[in-house]
Amino acid sequence: MAAILIHAAIPLTIILVYALVAIWGERKIAGFIQDRLGPMRVGGWHGWAQSIADLLKLIQKEDIIPTNASRFLFKFAPFMMFAASYAAFAVIPFSSAYIGSMINIGVFYLLAVTSILTLSVIMAGWASNNKWSLLGGMRSAAQMVSYEVPTIATVLTVVLVAGSLNLMTVTEMQAGNDTLGFLPNWLIFQNPFLIVAFIIFFISILAESHRVPFDLPESESELVGGYQTEYSGMRWAMFMLAEYADMLLLSLLGATLFFGGWNSPFGDFMGGPAWGFFWFMLKGLLLVFVMMWIRWTLPRYRVDQLMHICWNILIPLSFINLVLTALWEVIF
Amino acid sequence: MELTTILFYLFALVTLGSAATMVFSKNIVHSAFALMFTLMGVAALYVLLYADFLAATQLLVYVGGILILILFGVMLTSQGYTLSFKTITVNLIPASLISVGIAALLIFAFLTTDWTISEVAERTDTVYDLGMLLMGDYILPFIAVGVLLLIAIIGAILMSTRLSAENEGVS
Repeated sequence: MAAILIHAAIPLTIILVYALVAIWGERKIAGFIQDRLGPMRVGGWHGWAQSIADLLKLIQKEDIIPTNASRFLFKFAPFMMFAASYAAFAVIPFSSAYIGSMINIGVFYLLAVTSILTLSVIMAGWASNNKWSLLGGMRSAAQMVSYEVPTIATVLTVVLVAGSLNLMTVTEMQAGNDTLGFLPNWLIFQNPFLIVAFIIFFISILAESHRVPFDLPESESELVGGYQTEYSGMRWAMFMLAEYADMLLLSLLGATLFFGGWNSPFGDFMGGPAWGFFWFMLKGLLLVFVMMWIRWTLPRYRVDQLMHICWNILIPLSFINLVLTALWEVIF
Repeated sequence: MELTTILFYLFALVTLGSAATMVFSKNIVHSAFALMFTLMGVAALYVLLYADFLAATQLLVYVGGILILILFGVMLTSQGYTLSFKTITVNLIPASLISVGIAALLIFAFLTTDWTISEVAERTDTVYDLGMLLMGDYILPFIAVGVLLLIAIIGAILMSTRLSAENEGVS
């Protein structure tokens, strides 16, 4: 029992620390990209304590529930959303010494559990009893259901090459440095189709985690705040936390599938469990950084463009890519 | 009590409770969300039986797919979302007679059958075994289901394109 709790607490700690850093980081990055400084005052050096101050403020806020809201669902939705992304961390191998659960269906479980996220967004949107919220919820559901298809197809491409659904096994087989003599044995360097797969995967996870250019569910200029319009205080903070946790989860999944997970880029040099954790988080956070970078660089797509990109471009491309990868595996 | 036993009763309670909510709720969206808890409870029960692949499939297909379609259908077909459409009770007597009859039949069958209770063996290689079975012994049903799904998809595309072409006045 105690062992289970400790196992469960490790990813939770990582998510909470990461969320504090990432929210501050996002504001700083936004500031630098727009040629301003971002938060500077709280805590001294570059306002590092800003997120902690924000958290303390959010805890003190009144928890407002609209009179006509469906109370139980309204209260429940933020927690379900966080639970769904937190549960998925169970199969992420953080280092060669730690993985929450060594189940054989690893990545399949991850995709299944994150599909609950969609439902919690609809739940929040509907329960708020607000037009903007409902529209945001519906948009989000349509978007996430659509973009699940290319995500699954690209993950399937990797699984095809790796031959395992267990993310630990997928990482272990990417150890070593002999691709073309010097490159690490990461899957992205293994064959040209996996590079295409990674690009499709990255676009899809941008859409799945509601990041710009696909942040239609919460587009503030049209929908006020999308499904989270009516939320305040800690319940709103739970949404924020879930969103950042989801970003980290999908980035870490990308790092595991394409960039060797906890393997060091220098072969055995700087290897071992502790360095493994360092490399893994570094790769994941780099992808998170790219997501933030894109957010403050690109404008938002329209709904029809969003659906066009998914159904007319990404899905056919990902399936063609899957077949070509299979051919490559047969030939070489 | 063992942890798994406690978990079993917990998930059984969640499944049955939310199933009852689903049937008796007057608000159809509440019913749909109660159905979600029922499906998740069943998935958890699968996990307790070492059927991890089945549990994940249950989540992916029913919770992540079909339930969202149901919610979409409910929300888009009701006239404006503020007018929540109410369910009413009809045919009270025949319905209760039939359900009591079926319940009695099931309970009778449950009590009189000579159940063989075997210890659940821990399985770790469910995906591998499943894949070997699907690609080996059950290849024909597997392919037949695949063809059936393909036909369904093509049919859906055909119907939707015909509808949108009519709406736009294009032949």
